[in-house]
Order: sequence, then C-alpha cells, then structure tokens
Amino acid sequence: MTTTPHAHDLGMPGTPIDARIQQAIADSVDSQGEKQTALKAKDMKTDQEVRWCPGCGDYVILNAVQSFLPSLGIAREDMVIVSGIGCSSRFPYYMNTYGMHSIHGRAPAIATGLAASRPDLSVWVVTGDGDALSIGGNHLIHALRRNVNMTILLFNNRIYGLTKGQYSPTSEVGKVTKSTPMGSLDHPFNPVSLAIGADATFVGRAMDSDRKGLTEVLRQAAEHQGTALVEIYQNCNIFNDGAFDLLKDPATGTQWTIPLVHGEPLVFGPDGASCVVRGDFGGLRIAETNQVDASEIVVHDATREDPSYAFALSRLSSQDLRYTPMGVFRSVRKPAYDRMMLDQLEEARTQGAGDLDALLAGNDTWTVSA
Amino acid sequence: MTALEPSTTPGSSAPGGLVKSVVELDRVVIRLAGDSGDGMQLTGNRFTSETASFGNDLSTLPNFPAEIRAPTGTLPGVSSFQLHFADHDIMTPGDAPDVLVAMNPAALKANLADLPGGGLVIVDSDEFTPRNLAKVGYATNPLEDGSLEAWQVVSVGLTSMTLEALKDSGLGKKEAERSKNMFTLGLLSWMYHRPTEGTVRFLERQFRRKPEIAAANIAAFRAGYNYGDTTEAFAVSYEVKPAPMAPGRYRNISGNQALALGLVAAGQRSGLPVFLGAYPITPASDILHELSRHKAFGVRTFQAEDEIAGIGAALGASFGGALGVTTTSGPGVSLKSEALGLAVMTELPLVVVDVQRGGPSTGLPTKTEQSDLLQAMFGRNGEAPLPVIAPRSPGDCFDAALEAARIALKYRTPVMLLSDGYLANGAEPWPVPVADELPDLHVEFATEPNGAAADGTPEFLPYLRDPETLARPWAVPGTSGMQHRIGGLEKADKSGNISYDPANHDLMTRLRQAKVDGIAADIPATDVDDPTGSARVAVIGWGSTYGPIGAACRQIRNSGREVAQIHLRHVNPMPADLGEVLGRYDRVVCPEMNMGQLALLLRAKYLVDVQSHTQVRGLPFRAAELAAVVQDVIDSVDPTTQTPTATTPNSGGTQ
Repeated sequence: MTTTPHAHDLGMPGTPIDARIQQAIADSVDSQGEKQTALKAKDMKTDQEVRWCPGCGDYVILNAVQSFLPSLGIAREDMVIVSGIGCSSRFPYYMNTYGMHSIHGRAPAIATGLAASRPDLSVWVVTGDGDALSIGGNHLIHALRRNVNMTILLFNNRIYGLTKGQYSPTSEVGKVTKSTPMGSLDHPFNPVSLAIGADATFVGRAMDSDRKGLTEVLRQAAEHQGTALVEIYQNCNIFNDGAFDLLKDPATGTQWTIPLVHGEPLVFGPDGASCVVRGDFGGLRIAETNQVDASEIVVHDATREDPSYAFALSRLSSQDLRYTPMGVFRSVRKPAYDRMMLDQLEEARTQGAGDLDALLAGNDTWTVSA
Repeated sequence: MTALEPSTTPGSSAPGGLVKSVVELDRVVIRLAGDSGDGMQLTGNRFTSETASFGNDLSTLPNFPAEIRAPTGTLPGVSSFQLHFADHDIMTPGDAPDVLVAMNPAALKANLADLPGGGLVIVDSDEFTPRNLAKVGYATNPLEDGSLEAWQVVSVGLTSMTLEALKDSGLGKKEAERSKNMFTLGLLSWMYHRPTEGTVRFLERQFRRKPEIAAANIAAFRAGYNYGDTTEAFAVSYEVKPAPMAPGRYRNISGNQALALGLVAAGQRSGLPVFLGAYPITPASDILHELSRHKAFGVRTFQAEDEIAGIGAALGASFGGALGVTTTSGPGVSLKSEALGLAVMTELPLVVVDVQRGGPSTGLPTKTEQSDLLQAMFGRNGEAPLPVIAPRSPGDCFDAALEAARIALKYRTPVMLLSDGYLANGAEPWPVPVADELPDLHVEFATEPNGAAADGTPEFLPYLRDPETLARPWAVPGTSGMQHRIGGLEKADKSGNISYDPANHDLMTRLRQAKVDGIAADIPATDVDDPTGSARVAVIGWGSTYGPIGAACRQIRNSGREVAQIHLRHVNPMPADLGEVLGRYDRVVCPEMNMGQLALLLRAKYLVDVQSHTQVRGLPFRAAELAAVVQDVIDSVDPTTQTPTATTPNSGGTQ
C-alpha cells in the first residue's frame, strides 16, 4: 500500500482504507456523482435552524469556519465534526458534513477512534472550556500527546453557558456566579499552557470577532499534521458578557494583545511601545521597546522543538487578560498517531495478509481420526 | 464421578531392576500450588498442553492472587492451577483434587482442606524450613508431626534435586532454583505418561534468546522425568487413556484467546476492519494482548487513557465503518455506561466484552463471578436496551464473539458479551473451525439517499429503519452525498434531526426496545437437554455455569432421576419460546454465581416461580453440591400426588 501525499494535511485523503469502506464510497460516487471540492460558504450550511442565543460569539465563529473550510479544497463528505456537550457542541448540526454530537468531554476520544481508523478523513473536534478542560480534561491531554491527526477548536467563554452560568475551569479567581456567590476559589487553567504542557504539536489562540486572525490560525491548524489545538476566545453575552472586552476594545486591545507572527520580533502596543524579551530562569518578560537593545527582543519562532519557549510565551498573560499573545504559539512536526498505526499494519502485512485458518489452528494441534 | 477400579498392569523395568506398575484411571484432578513466583500457572499450562495433545478431555481452573508478587512463602501469595483430565467427556475442572502438588508450606496449608482423605500430596521438602513454616503459622513441621496421616504424602527434595541436576549448567543458585517447576513438571509427566516433546519445543521457543536458560529448564524437566522413572518413592505411574472425541483437528484454547480469535474472525467474515479500544483490566487484558498481535488482519488496537476513551474510540471507529470493540471487566463497564447510552442512541454497531470478576467496586480482580448481568441489562440512564450474550465454555467464547458481532452489525446496536474470569483463564480442547464455514457477517453500507425532501430532492434519512430488523442505515463518512449528523440528543424518527416532541420520544423509545426484542426471532429456540423428555424439574443457567450444571445433571441422571438442563446463550432477548418451555416443568432451579440476577429476570418476565441457588465464592460451583441441591428439589416433587397437568405452570409466581 502506498500513500498519496496531500498538499496540506487535513486528514490524509488518498491514504489506503479498508476495501469494504472504499467500495461503499465508490458506489456512492457512482450513484451520486463525484464529490465536490469547489464549495462556497453556503454549501457548508445545513437546513437546521441555528439555536444559539442572539448575539452569541458562536455565530461569528460558525460563519468564519463556514467561510474558511471551502478554501481547503476538501469535499464535505470527507469532513467529520465531533463535539461534546455544551453550547459550542451544537456546532455539528449546523455544518453540512458528517458529524457526531457526542457526550460530555469525550469528543477527543471518539474522534481519536475515528481518525485512527480512517486516516483519509478530515476530523475536527468542537468543544468548550468546561467540556474540554473539566469533564474531558483527561481525553484532551492524551489526544494532544498522542498527536492523532485532528483539529480541536476549543471555544473558551470562561463560563458554563448551557447549564446557565456556573464558573468554569477558565473563570478567573473570585468569579461570582450562581454556584459561587462569594466568588470562585478555583485557579483557572490557561488552555494554551495546558496544551503545551501536554506536548501538543500545534497550539494557537484567536478571537471570535477577529475574522482575519481566526481564519489564519485555522488555516495553519488545518495544515498541521497531528493534533492541533486552537483556543478561541468566545463571548457569552448572556452569562459572561464582555469577558474579552479588554482585548476587543480598540482603546485597550492593542495595548494588551501580543500578536504572534512567526519570524517577526515580538513588538506590540500603541506605536510598538512594548516588546517581549528574555527573562530569568528561561522565562520571558515584557519590556519597554525604547529601553532595550533591538537584539534583546525575542523573534517569534513557533517551530522550536523544545516547548519551553512556547510555554513561557503562554505565561505572559495574566488571568485578567493583560499581555495576551494571539496567534500560533507552537507548530512542530512529529509523526501523527494514525499514520504510525497504519505503518504498523502495513509492516505486519509485509509477510502477507493474515491467514485465518492458520490463526485458528495455532501452533499445537492434534487430530482425532474417525 | 468415581474412578474406575484400578487395573494394575505389569509395568516397565526401570534401570536398576526396579519394577514399576501402571495403574489405569478414567480421570484425574491435579492441583499444582506454589508461590506466585514459582511458575505454577506456566507449569499448569504446559501440563495442560501435554494432556491436550495426548488426547484426553480436560478442563482447567487457574486460581491466582491479584498481587503480582505477594511476600514470598505467605498464604496470600499462593497461586494454584487445577487440571481435570479424563478418558471421557468432562465438563468441569473437578470439584476436588485427587493429587496436590505443594511447592511450599503455604501452598500446602492453603489447599490441603480441599483434598479428600487418601489423596496424594507431593511436597517440596526443601521448602519446609523453620522460617517458611513459621510464616504460615505451622508450629511443627506437618511432614513430621503426623498431621498428614489421612493423606498419602510423598516428600521430595524438588529444589535440591533441581540444583543437583543443574550444577554444571553455569547458572547461579537462584537462577537454577527457578527451574524447579520444570523438574516438577517432568516428574508429573512421568507419573501420568504425558508426551514430553511439546514441552521441550515450547522451552526452546520461549527462551530462544537465552539458550542457556532453555537448556537448564529442559535439563531440569528431563531430570524430573528420570527421577520418577528411577526412584523408589513412586512405585506406580498412571495411565488415563485418550477420550473418544468427534473426529477432527483440535487445539487447546483459553476463553480469552478464543474470544479474541472470534473477534478477528468476525472482522474477516464481515469484511470490516476491527478496531479495539481498551484500557488494561484484569481479567480482560489478555484479549487486548492477543488482538494486538493480529495487525496483519487489519486489526487496530488502541490502548486508551481510560475505560471511557476505550469505548469512545471504538464507537468513533464504528461511525467510520469499523467493527468497534471494547473489552473490560465490571468496574470498566461502570465507566463505559455513559458511552453505551450514546451507542444505543446513535444505533451504531459495537461489541462490549465484560469479563466479569468478583465485585462490587474493585472486588476480587482475579476471581470469577456472574454479577454484572443486571448491570449489562439496565446499567444506563434512560430506557437503553441492548442485547446480552454469554458464552458457556472457554472454546464457546469464540462462537459467542461471532454471534455478538453478528447481532451488533445486523441490528446496529451495542451488544454486551458477558464472559467471566473462569472462562477467560480456563482452557479446554477445541475443535479448530474452518474459516470458510463460519457465519457470513456481511452487512451493507448505505450508499444512496433513501428519502426525498418536500421539494422532491433526494435526501438521506439516517433513522429510516429496515422494516424487518428495525436497524437504521449505516452510511460512513466519505460516502458521497450522505452527510448527516448523529448524537446523544433524542432523534426525530426517520430524519434523525434533534426532536423534543413528546410523541416522537415515546415512539423512538419503543422502536429502540422493539428492535432489541425483535432479535428473539433471529436466534435459535431454547435448547433443552431432557434426555427422557419426562423430567419435572429443570435447571436453567447462563454463562460459565454450564459445565458444573451439566456435570451435576449427569450425576443426577446416573442416580436414576430425571432432570432437564436449559442453558441460555442469549440472555437478552431470551429465546421466544422460553416462557412456554419453563412452564412445562413443575420446578425450575437457577444456579448462579451472584445473588439471583437471572432468576429475578425470569420471575419478572415469565411469572415462573424460579428457585434461585446462589454462590459468590469467586470460584465455580462444585458439581456435587449442585447435584445435591437439585436432587432435593426433584425429591420434593412427589410423583404420586403431582403431575404436570395438575399444577399450573405459573402457580408459584402468580400467587
């Protein structure tokens, strides 16, 4: 079996799949016609009424994804979106692809089985901060370390929306919610730090309302081989409205956002007044651009094998979102799990496909004659 | 269960002029017991293989602690292996051993009570040191204080003789000592006339990278054999003739092995790739190990981060067109129940193997029990019916796995396959099936629209059911024009869209139930073993109790009484005629290794006054005990006052 490399890796179209499945796909093409890859945003929509609250950030993300996906040149039939439970997890119903709206926190596990057994597919996971980081935390970190070929979109609104407003694992300390009338005691996760700590090969962050920035991170994530995690800051206008205003507000956004551009110096703020330089013990710190030598300013390199740099970058932001890096933190190449699994199958078959009769007989048989 | 009268025949003349006699037996039960580190399981398995290739019928019962290496020489560290072999068809590993091999004082103490008076005890006298005796609370040495007078004791220096045999092997004392299990196996092989070539080949294969270890083990094995042949300590050897078996090719197989092979075969016979998602758990892990070796068959195995991910990944693979499988034991099923509900809702094929062990909670990880039946039936939120299938013997795990896959694929449903620790580790001779003669499990994927939208455009309705099976179409991602979304929210009939409509939920709940219930039309009628056709008492069981119940029924019939045996493979749904069959008997007895779970189901479903007989000792039933229980019931049915027509079948349960 040989594989056909694909220009950008969203799944591995053309990878060998089992004969029966291949036949079903061929039969469907015979009766339905060739799969279409020249698609528009409207081709990605379903007939289902979108049922998020008016003004929810999820609408913006849905529109951005529907506009972006056709540019990948992959047929809708070859895409699968798997989600867990929560507001964001309704996503698959609105995408004209294959989809599964599964159970709370388990989407990465379900998608792992699908992606590992069907490396030809483009597999996406849509999840939220509660789904991915609380009930599904274990599945998330293991998916990331395994590097199964899939793209995880983590909608982080820093609140539980579908259960009507309890604090989430990304809510800030002291958050007053229905379940924490005197303020939350939990220290929040930084999803990017968590992912890098789990040795994720691709980690990015984007803002729901920033169509251009979001699309760029999505494109790089889609092209990545292995598990890509994209944290998307998403406004819940009902239970946590304005959670990201510090970064969205033109008056403050520039000051507190650190745009990550591979190969560019990390200079930000009004008139580029701030920058990132190396700090003590391998960490990074913020400095005034005019107070440091240009050579001290860190030039962003998302491809560094050692995750320490990307991790240090993720630690620049505080829980109130000051100094938040946006863009691609880390993008390194490592073999994808599904690819390696396929390689093992092929290696096992170098001696020929399995012989069931020989397997059933085993090494030691005896014969009773009539 | 009585041995034939020993017929002594003139034996061989050993070197040195020692004349040994040969006694012919119809059956023997041997128990090998030692420390967890003594290699008793390996020794037992080798003795089993020798016995299988000799042609005896056999049944085994491994029994080992959950600790990998409990402190040496202590009672909790004792591991044992019981083998029953015979010149006729047998059904159980034997109620009690005839021969006990005890490698140390702990093994003797832990097992002696099971050995009937007069039984043969072979002990390694080298291990009966003051320190080892003290460890298990022997104040005096039982080999010397007369406390073993009721048994025939042969005290042999197994360790010292092994060391002597290996003194030129170049191995250190500790390493050489480890071959004492092979010395013991050699001795037993001589005693019971077992063929030895297989063990020599096995040792060469097992230690091919360490030829000096292979050589030492083979030397110890041969020394043990020759010791038996020459020593005066054993004047008699025993012969158990091969059992008459149906002509054909046989192999020895354990339940877990058979189950794994059944899953590989299911993949081959359906033409679908097998995907196993599993998390290691005793006593199911060997299925994961076995399947991991069969990648040449396109089997993908995924060791997940937890039980939930194991089933989740399997279900994801099923969505993609694989035969998804997850294997576990009871505690794992608890964790999988949420995803099982999703599988019920999404109506995808999935085989869930539960190798039951003692519970609740962590319970008895290495011991057997049948206490997950109600969990399999009902252990999910909501109305979430699924088929339940149970194998009856180690070899039957193969057929049961194929049947579980058949139902899962044909009806697009998760199926629970309930094996248990006894079946998993027990072994028996198995007629090797011919691949081409196995059931055809081929199912069709949906490849074109099956409906039309209001404007007439063709569309795919993922919940438009097959009118006969009520299964929904299976369209896999990649299939052109068939994009659809499924999930855990209630589905609208036919379209599969989210629906909160009350009437629709009522309909869908009933459809899911009807689909599972309808499988009853696709399974064989109740198999009743009632040789005379006039028994008034029936014994009903499921799963691994088949052997002990069958053996008990034979004993009862040998005593001149009549009894019917009914054993369920399909526990849900049950055979369509089961209620009618049970109604034919005056009394129905249901032995189970739980607190009466099948009995509860039978009483609820058929209003039959089932008499439940239960035991949860972590060990299989003893046939003789079961026979006594059933005989009491038979004797209580007075033939002079009662006839089947005089008693209404449901009299007990309906009043």
